[in-house]
Amino acid sequence: MSEILIAGKNISVNEEGYLTDMTQWNESIANEIATELNIELGPKHMEVIAYLRDQCEKGGTLNIRRIGKSGIVDIKSFYKLFPGGPLKNASKIAGIPKPASCI
Amino acid sequence: MKQLLILGGGTAGTMMLNKLRKKLDKKEWDITIVDKDPNHYYQPGFLFVPFGIYSKEEIVKPKEKFFPRGIRAVWDEVEKIDAEEQVVQLKQGEALSYDLLLIATGCAPDPAETPGLKGELWQKDIFSFYDYEGACLLADKLKDWEGGKLVINIADMPIKCPPAPLEFAFLAEAFFTGKKMRDKVDITFVTPMSGAFTKPVASRMLEGLLKERNIKVVPDFYIEKVDNANKQIVAYDDQVVDFDLLVAIPVNKGAGMVGESGLDEQDDLNYAITDKETLQSKQYANIFIIGDATNLPASKAGAVAHFEGEVLTENILDFIAGRPLSQRFDGHSNCFIETGYGKASVIDFNYAVQPLPGKFPIPGVGPLSLLGISRINHWGKLAFKWAYWNMLLRGLPFPISTKMSMAGKKTEAELADKA
Repeated sequence: MSEILIAGKNISVNEEGYLTDMTQWNESIANEIATELNIELGPKHMEVIAYLRDQCEKGGTLNIRRIGKSGIVDIKSFYKLFPGGPLKNASKIAGIPKPASCI
Repeated sequence: MKQLLILGGGTAGTMMLNKLRKKLDKKEWDITIVDKDPNHYYQPGFLFVPFGIYSKEEIVKPKEKFFPRGIRAVWDEVEKIDAEEQVVQLKQGEALSYDLLLIATGCAPDPAETPGLKGELWQKDIFSFYDYEGACLLADKLKDWEGGKLVINIADMPIKCPPAPLEFAFLAEAFFTGKKMRDKVDITFVTPMSGAFTKPVASRMLEGLLKERNIKVVPDFYIEKVDNANKQIVAYDDQVVDFDLLVAIPVNKGAGMVGESGLDEQDDLNYAITDKETLQSKQYANIFIIGDATNLPASKAGAVAHFEGEVLTENILDFIAGRPLSQRFDGHSNCFIETGYGKASVIDFNYAVQPLPGKFPIPGVGPLSLLGISRINHWGKLAFKWAYWNMLLRGLPFPISTKMSMAGKKTEAELADKA
Protein backbone atom coordinates (compact mmCIF):
# COMPACT_ATOMS: atom_id res chain seq x y z
CA MET A 1 0.00 0.00 0.00
CA SER A 2 1.27 3.49 -0.81
CA GLU A 3 0.15 7.09 -1.19
CA ILE A 4 0.11 8.73 -4.58
CA LEU A 5 -0.93 12.15 -5.80
CA ILE A 6 -4.15 11.98 -7.84
CA ALA A 7 -5.95 15.16 -8.90
CA GLY A 8 -3.96 17.18 -6.38
CA LYS A 9 -4.79 14.92 -3.42
CA ASN A 10 -2.75 12.33 -1.55
CA ILE A 11 -4.63 9.07 -2.04
CA SER A 12 -3.89 5.62 -0.56
CA VAL A 13 -3.80 2.91 -3.18
CA ASN A 14 -2.77 -0.74 -3.26
CA GLU A 15 -0.02 -2.18 -5.46
CA GLU A 16 -2.44 -2.44 -8.41
CA GLY A 17 -3.60 1.15 -8.10
CA TYR A 18 -7.00 0.53 -6.50
CA LEU A 19 -8.06 3.01 -3.82
CA THR A 20 -7.87 1.45 -0.37
CA ASP A 21 -10.33 3.94 1.14
CA MET A 22 -13.40 4.58 -0.99
CA THR A 23 -14.27 7.73 0.99
CA GLN A 24 -11.18 9.48 -0.46
CA TRP A 25 -12.79 9.30 -3.90
CA ASN A 26 -14.23 12.20 -5.88
CA GLU A 27 -15.08 12.84 -9.53
CA SER A 28 -11.76 14.46 -10.40
CA ILE A 29 -9.97 11.39 -9.10
CA ALA A 30 -12.27 9.24 -11.25
CA ASN A 31 -11.44 11.35 -14.29
CA GLU A 32 -7.71 11.14 -13.71
CA ILE A 33 -7.72 7.33 -13.27
CA ALA A 34 -9.98 7.03 -16.33
CA THR A 35 -7.62 9.11 -18.45
CA GLU A 36 -4.76 6.79 -17.49
CA LEU A 37 -6.91 3.90 -18.73
CA ASN A 38 -7.72 5.79 -21.95
CA ILE A 39 -11.38 6.13 -21.01
CA GLU A 40 -13.25 9.42 -21.27
CA LEU A 41 -16.05 9.51 -18.69
CA GLY A 42 -19.56 10.49 -19.78
CA PRO A 43 -22.91 10.44 -17.96
CA LYS A 44 -23.45 6.70 -18.59
CA HIS A 45 -20.04 5.89 -17.10
CA MET A 46 -20.96 7.94 -14.02
CA GLU A 47 -24.26 6.10 -13.67
CA VAL A 48 -22.41 2.76 -13.64
CA ILE A 49 -19.82 4.11 -11.19
CA ALA A 50 -22.55 5.35 -8.83
CA TYR A 51 -24.17 1.89 -8.96
CA LEU A 52 -20.86 0.15 -8.20
CA ARG A 53 -20.14 2.45 -5.24
CA ASP A 54 -23.65 1.97 -3.91
CA GLN A 55 -23.42 -1.85 -4.17
CA CYS A 56 -19.98 -1.78 -2.56
CA GLU A 57 -21.26 0.25 0.38
CA LYS A 58 -24.13 -2.22 0.84
CA GLY A 59 -21.64 -5.10 0.80
CA GLY A 60 -23.26 -6.67 -2.27
CA THR A 61 -21.45 -9.06 -4.60
CA LEU A 62 -20.14 -7.40 -7.73
CA ASN A 63 -19.78 -9.38 -10.90
CA ILE A 64 -20.41 -8.76 -14.57
CA ARG A 65 -23.55 -10.89 -14.62
CA ARG A 66 -25.05 -8.91 -11.74
CA ILE A 67 -24.26 -5.61 -13.43
CA GLY A 68 -25.87 -6.90 -16.63
CA LYS A 69 -29.06 -7.59 -14.63
CA SER A 70 -28.96 -4.26 -12.76
CA GLY A 71 -31.04 -2.36 -15.28
CA ILE A 72 -28.27 0.28 -15.45
CA VAL A 73 -26.33 -1.19 -18.35
CA ASP A 74 -26.32 -4.43 -20.34
CA ILE A 75 -23.13 -6.50 -20.54
CA LYS A 76 -22.38 -5.58 -24.14
CA SER A 77 -22.56 -1.84 -23.38
CA PHE A 78 -20.60 -2.31 -20.14
CA TYR A 79 -17.72 -3.70 -22.25
CA LYS A 80 -18.00 -0.76 -24.65
CA LEU A 81 -17.93 1.77 -21.78
CA PHE A 82 -14.94 0.22 -20.01
CA PRO A 83 -12.91 -1.70 -22.63
CA GLY A 84 -10.45 -4.38 -21.53
CA GLY A 85 -11.59 -5.71 -18.18
CA PRO A 86 -14.78 -3.71 -17.61
CA LEU A 87 -15.34 -4.71 -14.00
CA LYS A 88 -11.69 -4.19 -13.03
CA ASN A 89 -11.43 -0.85 -14.82
CA ALA A 90 -14.81 0.42 -13.63
CA SER A 91 -13.99 -0.55 -10.04
CA LYS A 92 -10.63 1.19 -10.20
CA ILE A 93 -12.28 4.37 -11.51
CA ALA A 94 -15.07 4.07 -8.93
CA GLY A 95 -12.51 3.99 -6.12
CA ILE A 96 -13.67 0.62 -4.78
CA PRO A 97 -11.61 -2.55 -4.19
CA LYS A 98 -10.94 -4.89 -7.10
CA PRO A 99 -13.87 -7.33 -7.03
CA ALA A 100 -12.66 -10.75 -5.97
CA SER A 101 -13.75 -13.75 -7.99
CA CYS A 102 -14.50 -16.79 -5.96
CA ILE A 103 -12.57 -19.96 -6.59
CA MET B 1 -42.66 -35.49 16.69
CA LYS B 2 -40.57 -32.73 15.22
CA GLN B 3 -39.61 -32.81 11.55
CA LEU B 4 -36.16 -32.21 10.11
CA LEU B 5 -36.31 -32.03 6.34
CA ILE B 6 -33.19 -32.27 4.18
CA LEU B 7 -33.49 -31.23 0.55
CA GLY B 8 -30.84 -32.91 -1.60
CA GLY B 9 -29.12 -36.26 -1.07
CA GLY B 10 -25.77 -35.41 -2.65
CA THR B 11 -22.45 -35.12 -0.84
CA ALA B 12 -23.56 -32.47 1.66
CA GLY B 13 -27.10 -33.78 2.25
CA THR B 14 -26.06 -37.42 2.75
CA MET B 15 -23.22 -36.46 5.09
CA MET B 16 -25.53 -34.26 7.20
CA LEU B 17 -28.21 -36.97 7.25
CA ASN B 18 -25.71 -39.39 8.77
CA LYS B 19 -24.33 -36.88 11.26
CA LEU B 20 -27.73 -35.63 12.42
CA ARG B 21 -29.42 -39.05 12.66
CA LYS B 22 -26.70 -39.97 15.17
CA LYS B 23 -27.05 -36.73 17.15
CA LEU B 24 -30.81 -36.16 17.21
CA ASP B 25 -33.07 -38.07 19.61
CA LYS B 26 -35.06 -40.67 17.60
CA LYS B 27 -38.03 -40.25 19.93
CA GLU B 28 -38.11 -36.53 19.28
CA TRP B 29 -37.04 -36.01 15.67
CA ASP B 30 -38.14 -37.57 12.38
CA ILE B 31 -35.74 -36.99 9.50
CA THR B 32 -36.83 -36.96 5.85
CA ILE B 33 -34.53 -36.51 2.88
CA VAL B 34 -35.77 -35.59 -0.60
CA ASP B 35 -33.92 -36.07 -3.88
CA LYS B 36 -35.01 -36.45 -7.49
CA ASP B 37 -32.22 -38.85 -8.52
CA PRO B 38 -31.63 -42.20 -6.75
CA ASN B 39 -28.05 -42.37 -8.09
CA HIS B 40 -25.11 -40.90 -6.18
CA TYR B 41 -22.29 -39.79 -8.47
CA TYR B 42 -18.72 -39.45 -7.27
CA GLN B 43 -18.36 -36.12 -8.99
CA PRO B 44 -14.56 -35.76 -8.66
CA GLY B 45 -14.44 -38.87 -10.88
CA PHE B 46 -16.07 -37.13 -13.87
CA LEU B 47 -12.74 -35.46 -14.66
CA PHE B 48 -11.10 -38.86 -15.27
CA VAL B 49 -13.89 -40.45 -17.34
CA PRO B 50 -13.03 -38.68 -20.65
CA PHE B 51 -9.52 -40.19 -20.46
CA GLY B 52 -10.77 -43.71 -19.72
CA ILE B 53 -9.32 -43.74 -16.19
CA TYR B 54 -12.50 -44.55 -14.23
CA SER B 55 -15.33 -46.94 -15.07
CA LYS B 56 -19.02 -46.40 -14.37
CA GLU B 57 -19.10 -48.84 -11.41
CA GLU B 58 -16.46 -46.85 -9.56
CA ILE B 59 -18.32 -43.58 -9.65
CA VAL B 60 -22.06 -44.37 -9.56
CA LYS B 61 -23.75 -46.04 -6.60
CA PRO B 62 -27.32 -46.01 -5.22
CA LYS B 63 -27.87 -43.07 -2.83
CA GLU B 64 -29.84 -45.26 -0.45
CA LYS B 65 -26.74 -47.36 0.25
CA PHE B 66 -25.32 -44.38 2.16
CA PHE B 67 -28.46 -43.46 4.10
CA PRO B 68 -28.68 -44.55 7.77
CA ARG B 69 -31.58 -46.57 9.25
CA GLY B 70 -34.50 -44.75 10.80
CA ILE B 71 -35.01 -42.04 8.21
CA ARG B 72 -37.49 -41.53 5.39
CA ALA B 73 -36.27 -41.03 1.81
CA VAL B 74 -38.60 -39.42 -0.73
CA TRP B 75 -37.70 -39.64 -4.43
CA ASP B 76 -39.24 -36.56 -5.92
CA GLU B 77 -38.33 -33.07 -7.09
CA VAL B 78 -38.91 -30.02 -4.90
CA GLU B 79 -41.27 -27.50 -6.45
CA LYS B 80 -41.21 -24.76 -3.86
CA ILE B 81 -40.34 -23.92 -0.27
CA ASP B 82 -43.01 -21.94 1.57
CA ALA B 83 -40.78 -20.62 4.35
CA GLU B 84 -43.59 -18.66 6.04
CA GLU B 85 -45.80 -21.76 6.34
CA GLN B 86 -42.81 -24.10 6.85
CA VAL B 87 -43.95 -26.42 4.07
CA VAL B 88 -42.11 -27.87 1.09
CA GLN B 89 -44.20 -28.66 -1.96
CA LEU B 90 -43.04 -31.59 -4.11
CA LYS B 91 -43.65 -31.99 -7.87
CA GLN B 92 -45.70 -35.19 -7.57
CA GLY B 93 -48.12 -33.55 -5.15
CA GLU B 94 -46.91 -34.38 -1.63
CA ALA B 95 -46.38 -31.47 0.77
CA LEU B 96 -43.89 -31.92 3.63
CA SER B 97 -44.03 -29.66 6.66
CA TYR B 98 -40.92 -29.07 8.73
CA ASP B 99 -39.66 -27.58 11.97
CA LEU B 100 -36.11 -27.36 10.66
CA LEU B 101 -35.09 -27.26 7.00
CA LEU B 102 -31.66 -28.00 5.55
CA ILE B 103 -31.11 -27.02 1.93
CA ALA B 104 -28.42 -29.08 0.21
CA THR B 105 -29.61 -28.92 -3.39
CA GLY B 106 -26.21 -28.02 -4.84
CA CYS B 107 -25.56 -26.44 -8.19
CA ALA B 108 -25.30 -27.66 -11.77
CA PRO B 109 -24.10 -26.40 -15.14
CA ASP B 110 -26.80 -24.87 -17.32
CA PRO B 111 -25.64 -24.83 -20.96
CA ALA B 112 -28.89 -23.10 -21.99
CA GLU B 113 -27.54 -19.89 -20.38
CA THR B 114 -25.08 -19.36 -23.26
CA PRO B 115 -26.67 -18.88 -26.69
CA GLY B 116 -25.45 -21.42 -29.23
CA LEU B 117 -23.80 -23.72 -26.68
CA LYS B 118 -26.55 -26.29 -27.06
CA GLY B 119 -26.65 -25.73 -30.83
CA GLU B 120 -26.06 -28.15 -33.68
CA LEU B 121 -22.52 -29.01 -32.54
CA TRP B 122 -23.60 -29.91 -28.97
CA GLN B 123 -22.27 -33.36 -28.13
CA LYS B 124 -20.71 -33.60 -31.61
CA ASP B 125 -17.87 -31.09 -31.25
CA ILE B 126 -18.98 -29.36 -28.03
CA PHE B 127 -18.97 -31.25 -24.72
CA SER B 128 -19.27 -30.68 -20.99
CA PHE B 129 -17.67 -33.22 -18.63
CA TYR B 130 -19.53 -32.00 -15.52
CA ASP B 131 -22.16 -34.73 -15.70
CA TYR B 132 -21.83 -38.46 -16.15
CA GLU B 133 -23.41 -38.66 -19.61
CA GLY B 134 -21.37 -35.72 -20.94
CA ALA B 135 -18.12 -37.17 -19.57
CA CYS B 136 -18.84 -40.52 -21.27
CA LEU B 137 -19.68 -38.88 -24.61
CA LEU B 138 -16.45 -36.90 -24.42
CA ALA B 139 -14.52 -40.13 -23.72
CA ASP B 140 -15.95 -41.60 -26.94
CA LYS B 141 -15.02 -38.46 -28.86
CA LEU B 142 -11.43 -38.35 -27.56
CA LYS B 143 -10.87 -42.04 -28.34
CA ASP B 144 -10.58 -41.44 -32.06
CA TRP B 145 -10.27 -37.67 -32.39
CA GLU B 146 -7.65 -36.86 -34.98
CA GLY B 147 -6.54 -33.58 -33.41
CA GLY B 148 -6.98 -29.90 -34.08
CA LYS B 149 -7.85 -26.95 -31.86
CA LEU B 150 -8.98 -28.06 -28.40
CA VAL B 151 -10.53 -25.15 -26.50
CA ILE B 152 -11.47 -25.34 -22.82
CA ASN B 153 -13.78 -22.47 -21.84
CA ILE B 154 -15.18 -21.40 -18.47
CA ALA B 155 -18.36 -19.39 -19.10
CA ASP B 156 -18.62 -17.64 -15.73
CA MET B 157 -17.65 -17.93 -12.07
CA PRO B 158 -18.47 -19.40 -9.64
CA ILE B 159 -18.27 -22.98 -10.89
CA LYS B 160 -18.36 -26.30 -9.14
CA CYS B 161 -14.86 -27.69 -8.43
CA PRO B 162 -12.97 -24.60 -9.66
CA PRO B 163 -9.64 -26.30 -10.54
CA ALA B 164 -11.33 -29.02 -12.69
CA PRO B 165 -11.06 -27.10 -16.01
CA LEU B 166 -7.32 -26.62 -15.45
CA GLU B 167 -6.92 -30.24 -14.45
CA PHE B 168 -8.73 -31.19 -17.64
CA ALA B 169 -6.20 -29.17 -19.65
CA PHE B 170 -3.24 -30.88 -17.92
CA LEU B 171 -4.75 -34.35 -18.28
CA ALA B 172 -5.61 -33.74 -21.96
CA GLU B 173 -2.05 -32.60 -22.66
CA ALA B 174 -0.65 -35.77 -21.07
CA PHE B 175 -3.31 -37.91 -22.82
CA PHE B 176 -2.37 -36.66 -26.30
CA THR B 177 1.34 -36.92 -25.51
CA GLY B 178 0.72 -40.55 -24.48
CA LYS B 179 -1.06 -41.16 -27.80
CA LYS B 180 1.94 -39.65 -29.61
CA MET B 181 -0.23 -36.98 -31.21
CA ARG B 182 0.56 -33.95 -29.04
CA ASP B 183 1.91 -32.14 -32.13
CA LYS B 184 -1.52 -32.46 -33.76
CA VAL B 185 -3.37 -30.81 -30.88
CA ASP B 186 -3.40 -27.13 -30.06
CA ILE B 187 -4.72 -26.62 -26.48
CA THR B 188 -6.14 -23.25 -25.37
CA PHE B 189 -7.57 -22.44 -21.94
CA VAL B 190 -10.08 -19.57 -22.21
CA THR B 191 -11.25 -18.00 -18.95
CA PRO B 192 -13.22 -14.96 -17.74
CA MET B 193 -10.64 -14.54 -14.95
CA SER B 194 -7.49 -12.46 -15.33
CA GLY B 195 -5.24 -15.48 -15.00
CA ALA B 196 -5.28 -19.26 -14.80
CA PHE B 197 -6.46 -19.00 -11.21
CA THR B 198 -7.63 -16.07 -9.10
CA LYS B 199 -5.41 -16.60 -6.08
CA PRO B 200 -1.99 -15.07 -6.89
CA VAL B 201 0.55 -17.56 -5.50
CA ALA B 202 -1.28 -20.61 -6.91
CA SER B 203 -1.89 -18.78 -10.18
CA ARG B 204 1.83 -18.13 -10.66
CA MET B 205 2.67 -21.80 -10.13
CA LEU B 206 -0.11 -22.99 -12.44
CA GLU B 207 0.63 -20.45 -15.18
CA GLY B 208 4.26 -21.59 -15.18
CA LEU B 209 3.13 -25.16 -15.61
CA LEU B 210 0.70 -24.28 -18.42
CA LYS B 211 3.52 -22.55 -20.26
CA GLU B 212 5.85 -25.50 -19.75
CA ARG B 213 3.19 -27.81 -21.25
CA ASN B 214 2.54 -25.44 -24.15
CA ILE B 215 -1.07 -24.78 -23.18
CA LYS B 216 -2.16 -21.29 -24.25
CA VAL B 217 -4.19 -19.11 -21.90
CA VAL B 218 -6.71 -16.50 -23.09
CA PRO B 219 -7.69 -14.51 -19.96
CA ASP B 220 -10.46 -11.91 -19.48
CA PHE B 221 -12.67 -13.68 -22.03
CA TYR B 222 -16.34 -13.42 -21.03
CA ILE B 223 -18.34 -15.57 -23.45
CA GLU B 224 -21.44 -14.14 -25.08
CA LYS B 225 -22.29 -16.93 -27.51
CA VAL B 226 -21.08 -19.88 -29.55
CA ASP B 227 -21.03 -19.44 -33.32
CA ASN B 228 -21.72 -22.98 -34.53
CA ALA B 229 -21.36 -22.17 -38.25
CA ASN B 230 -17.86 -20.72 -37.87
CA LYS B 231 -16.85 -22.93 -34.92
CA GLN B 232 -15.94 -19.98 -32.74
CA ILE B 233 -16.66 -18.80 -29.23
CA VAL B 234 -17.46 -15.09 -29.14
CA ALA B 235 -16.90 -12.78 -26.15
CA TYR B 236 -18.93 -9.68 -25.18
CA ASP B 237 -16.05 -7.50 -26.39
CA ASP B 238 -16.14 -9.32 -29.79
CA GLN B 239 -12.92 -11.32 -29.22
CA VAL B 240 -13.22 -14.73 -30.88
CA VAL B 241 -11.44 -18.05 -30.38
CA ASP B 242 -11.64 -20.81 -33.03
CA PHE B 243 -12.20 -24.40 -31.98
CA ASP B 244 -12.42 -27.85 -33.50
CA LEU B 245 -13.35 -29.39 -30.18
CA LEU B 246 -14.87 -27.26 -27.42
CA VAL B 247 -14.90 -28.47 -23.82
CA ALA B 248 -17.35 -26.04 -22.24
CA ILE B 249 -17.81 -25.35 -18.56
CA PRO B 250 -21.28 -23.76 -18.72
CA VAL B 251 -22.69 -21.19 -16.28
CA ASN B 252 -23.39 -22.95 -12.97
CA LYS B 253 -26.67 -22.33 -11.18
CA GLY B 254 -28.30 -23.40 -7.94
CA ALA B 255 -31.64 -25.22 -7.92
CA GLY B 256 -34.39 -23.21 -9.64
CA MET B 257 -36.74 -23.70 -6.70
CA VAL B 258 -34.37 -21.73 -4.41
CA GLY B 259 -34.90 -18.69 -6.61
CA GLU B 260 -38.62 -19.35 -7.05
CA SER B 261 -38.98 -19.56 -3.27
CA GLY B 262 -37.37 -16.12 -2.87
CA LEU B 263 -34.37 -17.38 -0.92
CA ASP B 264 -31.69 -16.17 -3.38
CA GLU B 265 -30.05 -12.86 -4.24
CA GLN B 266 -32.45 -12.29 -7.16
CA ASP B 267 -29.62 -12.51 -9.71
CA ASP B 268 -30.99 -15.66 -11.41
CA LEU B 269 -28.13 -17.83 -10.17
CA ASN B 270 -30.36 -19.31 -7.43
CA TYR B 271 -27.82 -19.44 -4.60
CA ALA B 272 -29.45 -19.22 -1.17
CA ILE B 273 -28.57 -16.21 0.98
CA THR B 274 -26.52 -17.74 3.77
CA ASP B 275 -24.55 -16.39 6.72
CA LYS B 276 -20.98 -17.22 5.70
CA GLU B 277 -19.95 -18.12 9.25
CA THR B 278 -22.97 -19.80 10.84
CA LEU B 279 -24.52 -21.30 7.64
CA GLN B 280 -27.96 -20.16 8.77
CA SER B 281 -30.32 -18.56 6.26
CA LYS B 282 -30.20 -14.78 6.55
CA GLN B 283 -33.98 -14.73 6.04
CA TYR B 284 -35.36 -17.58 8.18
CA ALA B 285 -33.81 -18.78 11.44
CA ASN B 286 -35.07 -22.36 11.01
CA ILE B 287 -33.46 -22.79 7.58
CA PHE B 288 -29.80 -23.78 7.19
CA ILE B 289 -27.90 -24.20 3.94
CA ILE B 290 -24.81 -26.26 3.12
CA GLY B 291 -22.52 -26.96 0.19
CA ASP B 292 -22.86 -25.68 -3.36
CA ALA B 293 -26.39 -24.33 -2.69
CA THR B 294 -25.10 -21.38 -0.58
CA ASN B 295 -24.00 -17.95 -1.81
CA LEU B 296 -20.81 -18.17 0.31
CA PRO B 297 -17.62 -16.66 -1.15
CA ALA B 298 -15.99 -20.09 -0.88
CA SER B 299 -15.26 -22.81 -3.43
CA LYS B 300 -18.14 -24.94 -4.59
CA ALA B 301 -16.56 -28.26 -3.71
CA GLY B 302 -17.13 -31.38 -1.63
CA ALA B 303 -14.24 -30.51 0.69
CA VAL B 304 -15.96 -27.24 1.59
CA ALA B 305 -19.24 -29.07 2.28
CA HIS B 306 -17.29 -31.47 4.48
CA PHE B 307 -15.71 -28.70 6.59
CA GLU B 308 -19.05 -26.87 6.73
CA GLY B 309 -20.66 -30.07 7.99
CA GLU B 310 -18.70 -30.05 11.25
CA VAL B 311 -19.70 -26.44 11.96
CA LEU B 312 -23.29 -26.91 10.87
CA THR B 313 -23.93 -30.00 13.00
CA GLU B 314 -22.98 -28.10 16.16
CA ASN B 315 -24.93 -25.00 15.12
CA ILE B 316 -28.07 -27.04 14.41
CA LEU B 317 -27.81 -28.67 17.84
CA ASP B 318 -27.40 -25.19 19.37
CA PHE B 319 -30.43 -23.94 17.47
CA ILE B 320 -32.61 -26.86 18.56
CA ALA B 321 -31.56 -26.35 22.18
CA GLY B 322 -32.34 -22.63 21.95
CA ARG B 323 -28.69 -21.63 22.46
CA PRO B 324 -26.83 -19.02 20.40
CA LEU B 325 -25.04 -20.64 17.43
CA SER B 326 -21.53 -21.39 18.71
CA GLN B 327 -19.51 -22.43 15.63
CA ARG B 328 -18.04 -20.29 12.85
CA PHE B 329 -17.00 -21.53 9.38
CA ASP B 330 -13.71 -19.97 8.21
CA GLY B 331 -14.11 -20.74 4.49
CA HIS B 332 -11.68 -23.67 4.72
CA SER B 333 -11.20 -25.48 1.42
CA ASN B 334 -8.67 -27.85 0.04
CA CYS B 335 -8.31 -29.88 -3.09
CA PHE B 336 -6.01 -31.90 -5.24
CA ILE B 337 -5.09 -30.51 -8.64
CA GLU B 338 -4.19 -33.20 -11.17
CA THR B 339 -1.29 -32.06 -13.32
CA GLY B 340 -0.98 -35.10 -15.62
CA TYR B 341 1.72 -37.83 -15.95
CA GLY B 342 0.61 -39.43 -12.67
CA LYS B 343 1.31 -36.36 -10.59
CA ALA B 344 -0.78 -33.80 -8.75
CA SER B 345 -0.62 -30.69 -6.60
CA VAL B 346 -2.58 -29.82 -3.43
CA ILE B 347 -3.97 -26.50 -2.24
CA ASP B 348 -5.40 -25.55 1.18
CA PHE B 349 -6.94 -22.15 1.92
CA ASN B 350 -9.81 -20.22 3.53
CA TYR B 351 -11.74 -16.92 3.27
CA ALA B 352 -8.71 -14.91 4.43
CA VAL B 353 -5.63 -16.90 3.40
CA GLN B 354 -4.82 -17.81 -0.21
CA PRO B 355 -3.26 -21.18 -1.14
CA LEU B 356 0.39 -21.18 0.02
CA PRO B 357 3.24 -23.67 -0.31
CA GLY B 358 4.12 -26.02 2.55
CA LYS B 359 3.59 -29.55 3.86
CA PHE B 360 0.17 -31.07 4.54
CA PRO B 361 -1.75 -32.36 6.50
CA ILE B 362 1.05 -32.84 9.06
CA PRO B 363 3.03 -29.58 9.29
CA GLY B 364 6.65 -29.94 8.17
CA VAL B 365 6.15 -33.62 7.35
CA GLY B 366 3.43 -33.94 4.74
CA PRO B 367 3.33 -36.40 3.10
CA LEU B 368 1.55 -34.06 0.69
CA SER B 369 3.28 -30.98 -0.74
CA LEU B 370 1.09 -27.89 -0.93
CA LEU B 371 1.51 -26.23 -4.34
CA GLY B 372 4.21 -28.79 -5.15
CA ILE B 373 3.79 -31.39 -7.87
CA SER B 374 4.35 -34.97 -6.82
CA ARG B 375 3.31 -38.57 -7.33
CA ILE B 376 2.22 -38.87 -3.74
CA ASN B 377 -0.23 -35.99 -4.20
CA HIS B 378 -1.72 -37.94 -7.14
CA TRP B 379 -2.01 -41.09 -5.03
CA GLY B 380 -3.72 -38.93 -2.41
CA LYS B 381 -6.29 -37.92 -4.99
CA LEU B 382 -6.94 -41.53 -6.00
CA ALA B 383 -7.10 -42.68 -2.36
CA PHE B 384 -9.62 -39.96 -1.64
CA LYS B 385 -12.27 -41.87 -3.65
CA TRP B 386 -12.22 -44.65 -1.05
CA ALA B 387 -12.41 -42.13 1.79
CA TYR B 388 -15.30 -40.37 0.06
CA TRP B 389 -17.49 -43.46 -0.25
CA ASN B 390 -16.54 -44.97 3.07
CA MET B 391 -15.96 -42.06 5.44
CA LEU B 392 -17.09 -38.68 4.16
CA LEU B 393 -20.62 -39.63 3.04
CA ARG B 394 -21.15 -41.63 6.22
CA GLY B 395 -20.27 -38.55 8.27
CA LEU B 396 -17.23 -40.19 9.89
CA PRO B 397 -14.40 -37.99 11.20
CA PHE B 398 -11.52 -37.19 8.86
CA PRO B 399 -7.91 -36.59 9.87
CA ILE B 400 -8.01 -33.01 8.55
CA SER B 401 -9.07 -30.17 10.83
CA THR B 402 -12.19 -28.14 10.08
CA LYS B 403 -10.39 -24.85 10.63
CA MET B 404 -7.55 -24.09 8.24
CA SER B 405 -4.12 -24.09 9.90
CA MET B 406 -1.10 -21.93 9.03
CA ALA B 407 1.24 -24.53 10.58
CA GLY B 408 3.52 -26.02 7.93
CA LYS B 409 2.75 -23.25 5.44
CA LYS B 410 5.10 -20.56 4.19
CA THR B 411 3.56 -17.15 4.82
CA GLU B 412 3.10 -14.55 2.09
CA ALA B 413 5.78 -12.43 3.80
CA GLU B 414 8.27 -15.34 3.74
CA LEU B 415 7.57 -15.88 0.04
CA ALA B 416 8.11 -12.17 -0.69
CA ASP B 417 11.48 -12.28 1.14
CA LYS B 418 12.60 -15.20 -1.01
CA ALA B 419 11.60 -13.40 -4.21
